[in-house]
Amino acid sequence: MTELLVGTKKGLFVLRGEVGEPFEIAARAFPGDVVEFATRDPRTDRYFASVTSGFFGPRVMYSDDPTGEWEQAKGPVFPEDIPDVAVERIWIVKPSESDGVVYAGVAPAALFVSTDSGETWELNRSLWNVPTRAEWQPGFGGLALHSICTWPGDPGRLAIGISAAGVWISEDAGDTWRTGYTGLVPGYLPEDQREGAHTLCVHNMHRAPRRPERLFMQFHGSVYRSDDAGETWNDIAEGLPSGFGFPLVVDPADPDSAYVIPLTADTDRVTPDGRMRVYQTRDAGATWTSHGDGLPASESYLTILRQAFDHDGGSPLGLYFGATSGDVFGSADAGGSWSTVHERLAPVTSVRVSG
Amino acid sequence: MAVVTLRAPLKDRADGRSEVDLPGDSIGAVLRELERVYPRLEGWVLDEHGRIRRHVNVFVDGERGREDTPVAPQARIHVLASISGGGPS
Repeated sequence: MTELLVGTKKGLFVLRGEVGEPFEIAARAFPGDVVEFATRDPRTDRYFASVTSGFFGPRVMYSDDPTGEWEQAKGPVFPEDIPDVAVERIWIVKPSESDGVVYAGVAPAALFVSTDSGETWELNRSLWNVPTRAEWQPGFGGLALHSICTWPGDPGRLAIGISAAGVWISEDAGDTWRTGYTGLVPGYLPEDQREGAHTLCVHNMHRAPRRPERLFMQFHGSVYRSDDAGETWNDIAEGLPSGFGFPLVVDPADPDSAYVIPLTADTDRVTPDGRMRVYQTRDAGATWTSHGDGLPASESYLTILRQAFDHDGGSPLGLYFGATSGDVFGSADAGGSWSTVHERLAPVTSVRVSG
Repeated sequence: MAVVTLRAPLKDRADGRSEVDLPGDSIGAVLRELERVYPRLEGWVLDEHGRIRRHVNVFVDGERGREDTPVAPQARIHVLASISGGGPS
């Protein structure tokens, strides 16, 4: 039995089943609210959901049973001495490598830290106070800290991705930060404005756990790989139908294997050619192979959002993604074949495998 | 004491009460007292800096007010979701 947490524009759906058959809806929580992201902390079995009411604002909720009652965390909120800023959206909740420590990335771009398994939250002030912040520009979805890459076994080493303020790296658990901009090309800026630009629109970033100095990134217009923990980046988009997209999965067992779901372009954010395909590299980005067996093959113009693609960590790797059409798809064989997990949910914002 | 009227989902987070008597001489003061009495409402009507959320309307005796709007004793305050809210559909 696989359990999926599917965040949507209209609540959280807890789906349970096996690939090959439609999953059942075990629960729907937060009806009417946007669930930007939901995940389970495997260390504590605690579930988290970032929930944004269109009226009553954003919040982190937590529960030990996603089909039961949820508690509201205290925060993340900006402290009194930052009076002009309020949390708008909570993009990601990420367990750290330290007991009890959980991170949250929010808009406007800020990192919050909990040391009590997500019940209370505190702003990481060193990132908030980096001198270039005044020059940061939001992407289409706001100034979003959406990617938090921990380092297996080393709680001090972090890399975060911000749209549109690039990559930030810490080696002291967030006490100090430096940029990881080298090699990223902001093709959406005039050529004479690219050198030294801070407006680097990272769409998604994940670390390869078996080789943690390696990171993959979906950028606004290309796909990149870093082999030096995010310091420098190499373009690996050749062979993809488009360099534009949002979802990204890295195979936890194979640092050469990663998956993306390209969209046509920033001006046309749907699957290219009306075909739903997932692209995999098995050689760290040198070549790409398309997977589409069982996915809509024609007249299908889907949009898959940033957090709406995940894996189950298994072998063979299970993969799941959801579209803003409300359809969720799954593969039990590392993308070789796919089937529909559920149809006609609300527009999907996030998918995470929770069990 | 002002009488604060709440609807779902705010009412649900105030132990199911649709009317709550609260002290305070301004909307901000009354709503902060509402959060104190019902902590599960913290952050729902006011943001972290005490501002009324953009898509929430607060009326005092029929007039839309802001945080510093005076509240007379026995005033009736309605806290309502704005028709401008609801987020992306």
